[in-house]
Amino acid sequence: MNGARVLAVVEAVVFVMIGVALLLAFVRLARGPSLSDRVVALDLMAVLAVGLIAMVAFAAGQAVFLDAAIVLALVAFLGTVAFARYLERRAHDE
Amino acid sequence: MSDLVVAVLLVIGASFLLLAGVGVLRMPDVFSRMQAATKASTLGVGCILVAVAVHFNDLGVTVRALAASVFFLLTAPVSAHLLGRASYFLGVPLWEGTVIDELRSRYDLRTHRLESSFAATVPSPVTGADALVDGHGAAPDDQRRHDPEGVE
Repeated sequence: MNGARVLAVVEAVVFVMIGVALLLAFVRLARGPSLSDRVVALDLMAVLAVGLIAMVAFAAGQAVFLDAAIVLALVAFLGTVAFARYLERRAHDE
Repeated sequence: MSDLVVAVLLVIGASFLLLAGVGVLRMPDVFSRMQAATKASTLGVGCILVAVAVHFNDLGVTVRALAASVFFLLTAPVSAHLLGRASYFLGVPLWEGTVIDELRSRYDLRTHRLESSFAATVPSPVTGADALVDGHGAAPDDQRRHDPEGVE
């Protein structure tokens, strides 16, 4: 009982911490100043979202959510690679 | 007992994720922001996934959680490298407190040619970077001269 209560408190705290981290990353995404900063912030936000989904799986007791986390991780990696290619092509053109 | 392990792992993971967020907001230039975001977030998500695996105590869940964290360990350096490379070519300014930029004096951004690939044949003014290259001994230097790696 006691262990479960501690776990519930920890769960709430972890959700808040990840939420604050998402907020901080979003501030960097909005402020820039360069395009690379925004891509870095977006990449971090995707990773934080994976952590958040893992926490949802933990809180709901539904392990199926982990599949969504894995898929998001794959897509986020591809997105970052695509952004990096785009940035590098832009650097070549200039 | 397993509850305690889960709680500790969750707190450690969330702390690292929060640290990544603070780092991305507070670090002075893209490259330092990138190192904060990449390393701290990889460790944070890894810890949280391991905590979930311990909590569920099920083979399928454990395999999936470990697969996800191994995937992060493999891809985070790759994406950080690509982003850093693209940012450097794009000319994103470095922090004014940067001590040394070893690449700038020896990398031609126009032709993408790395000078140190023929450093052994062309004598250049001695800098800290040159001393570092010499420190590796003659053998790697010889290899580098014949290696077309520096030419893209």
